[in-house]
Amino acid sequence: MSTLVYINSRNGIAKNAYEAITYAKKLGQEVIAITTGNADDSVLATAGEYGASKVLVDRSVATDDAQQLTRVIANAVESTGANTVVFSNEIVAKSVAPRLSVRLKAGLISGAIAIPEGDTVKVNVFSGKAFGNVKINSDKKIISLLPNSIQPEQTGSACSVEEFNGNAGEAKIKLLETKKPEGEIPLPEAELVVSAGRGLKGPENWGMIEDLAKELGAATACSRPVADIGWRPHHEHVGQTGVAIRPNLYIAAGISGAIQHLAGVNGSKVIVVVNTDAEAPFFKAADYGVLGDAFEVIPRLTEAVKKFKASN
Amino acid sequence: MKILVCISKSPDTTSKIAFTDGDTKFDENGVQYIINPYDEWYALVRALELKEANGGTVTVITVGTAPDDAVIRKALAIGADDAVRIDAEPTDAYFVSMQIANHAKENGFELVMTGKETINYNGSQVGGMISEAMDLPFVSLASKMDIDGMTATLETEIVGGIQIIEVELPAVVSCAKGMAEQRIPNMRGIMAARTKPLNVVAPIEVEKLTSFNNYTMPPAKSACKMIDPENMDELVALLHQEAKVI
Ligand SMILES: Cc1cc2nc3c(=O)[nH]c(=O)nc-3n(C[C@H](O)[C@H](O)[C@H](O)COP(=O)(O)OP(=O)(O)OC[C@H]3O[C@@H](n4cnc5c(N)ncnc54)[C@H](O)[C@@H]3O)c2cc1C
Ligand SMILES: Nc1ncnc2c1ncn2[C@@H]1O[C@H](COP(=O)(O)O)[C@@H](O)[C@H]1O
Repeated sequence: MSTLVYINSRNGIAKNAYEAITYAKKLGQEVIAITTGNADDSVLATAGEYGASKVLVDRSVATDDAQQLTRVIANAVESTGANTVVFSNEIVAKSVAPRLSVRLKAGLISGAIAIPEGDTVKVNVFSGKAFGNVKINSDKKIISLLPNSIQPEQTGSACSVEEFNGNAGEAKIKLLETKKPEGEIPLPEAELVVSAGRGLKGPENWGMIEDLAKELGAATACSRPVADIGWRPHHEHVGQTGVAIRPNLYIAAGISGAIQHLAGVNGSKVIVVVNTDAEAPFFKAADYGVLGDAFEVIPRLTEAVKKFKASN
Repeated sequence: MKILVCISKSPDTTSKIAFTDGDTKFDENGVQYIINPYDEWYALVRALELKEANGGTVTVITVGTAPDDAVIRKALAIGADDAVRIDAEPTDAYFVSMQIANHAKENGFELVMTGKETINYNGSQVGGMISEAMDLPFVSLASKMDIDGMTATLETEIVGGIQIIEVELPAVVSCAKGMAEQRIPNMRGIMAARTKPLNVVAPIEVEKLTSFNNYTMPPAKSACKMIDPENMDELVALLHQEAKVI
């Protein structure tokens, strides 16, 4: 028996794909990766370093069309005899994994945060406020791993890459245009995030947030009201109704820490809160707190990071 | 155009999360249920706007039990024409999706809209599952949608950006922030909702592919370490040496 891992290789292979391969390897069966598109063989072969024995690539599929990807993965399950499929629960997986579940009649667990114990898998529920232990009743199983839940482990060496014809069929969704802001770090993938809220008083004050983010190599985020009034773009809004993130470090300046905001950031490994109000609820969720004015603290922090980088 | 909007209930976003029965059941004591915000603010309201612009009907559907009728009436008050409740406990996404797909197929809906995810289970599963069961295209995480005849143009979230796509209906669309603005029901809507049809339908036979064993709470966070606002060098040192994140 084997485990099939879908990896998205459109813009190189992201860290969360290596996490999924590492996770699959820990399930104890042979791991085969499946991908589409035209990434170089040398890039795809790196899947072997994390435990894949080979990578299957269907080069005829150039889009993220969920219907096409579902057919390709289902055909790969058939030809490899896999009984388990692992995804990283990123945007593409969120549309493909549920379709595959229906196509294969395989139970799907999405948002897994740990290796299965027996036949149950731990998942994030209630926006990180609790965990659920879920069991898959079907023979074939699909697990979609929450990004940044485990660390990728580089244990092996490059593997072989084989062309695969997944009979993708036609794409029914026509791509007209892609818009990506130049040079920014995409928020859902960022390991470090600097975020600010209404405490910053106005959009003209975001320069210091951007400076700190740039110095750290971090992405920028914001609270909901800040996106709603148009101080910051919508895609930066984190929380219950915005993007949910799990970076290694989340720095929040001038954000009160309302429960709906915490729901999107409480998966962060380390939280730093800068606030003038000692009673701000965010301090209860923080690892490090700075009781002070963001307008003084943030530029000072940027200087300290600069100094640290110069001496390391 | 016949539009079907899938709504689920979720605990009010400020609800205390606790469990009973040996941590196997969500503790509903004192919990206020609302329509899952993504379903209400984004899917339902955009469906109503599309109907207002192009004509047609908007039906809301939920898989749930009798107490959920209160949440369904709210959707009718906001402006849906009628409602369907499939009378079953929604414990597994596959089970829920098969019920909705079956109803949508039998009743010729041309557009099925869901929310991005439920804020209690955060599964993001139901929309994709419905689309596969109906063999239709699935547009996930749409933040804008317009319709011209049977062609829909949508903006969707992708990693670190957005893309603009086109799809021929029928299709299934999951809705995220940006689609529409919240609508507060007015008195006339609330009155009208009382007499709008709410059809209770028996579920079809479907197996459950997953089951919930129990819940656990995350480990308590250790106390926050306060840092002197004058001394950011100390914070940087801690982030490097103690937290090991930079
Ligand atoms: C259903 C629902 C869903 C929601 N979803 C989200 C969501 O996804 N994301 C989200 O963020 N919110 C969400 N909210 C809104 C949420 O409840 C809060 O209203 C919001 O997070 C508050 O934003 P804020 O902290 O930026 O502003 P405020 O609450 O106004 O807080 C500003 C903070 O800045 C501090 N401050 C002021 N001046 C300074 C200074 N000079 N230096 C440092 N600190 C300063 C203040 O002490 C205060 O703590 C939702 C609400 C509802 C009802
Ligand atoms: N019990 C249900 N009845 C009707 N629609 C539902 C139900 N559960 C989920 N949905 C829809 O599916 C979307 C995604 O839910 P989920 O897969 O649970 O995250 C929700 O936003 C709803 O639109």
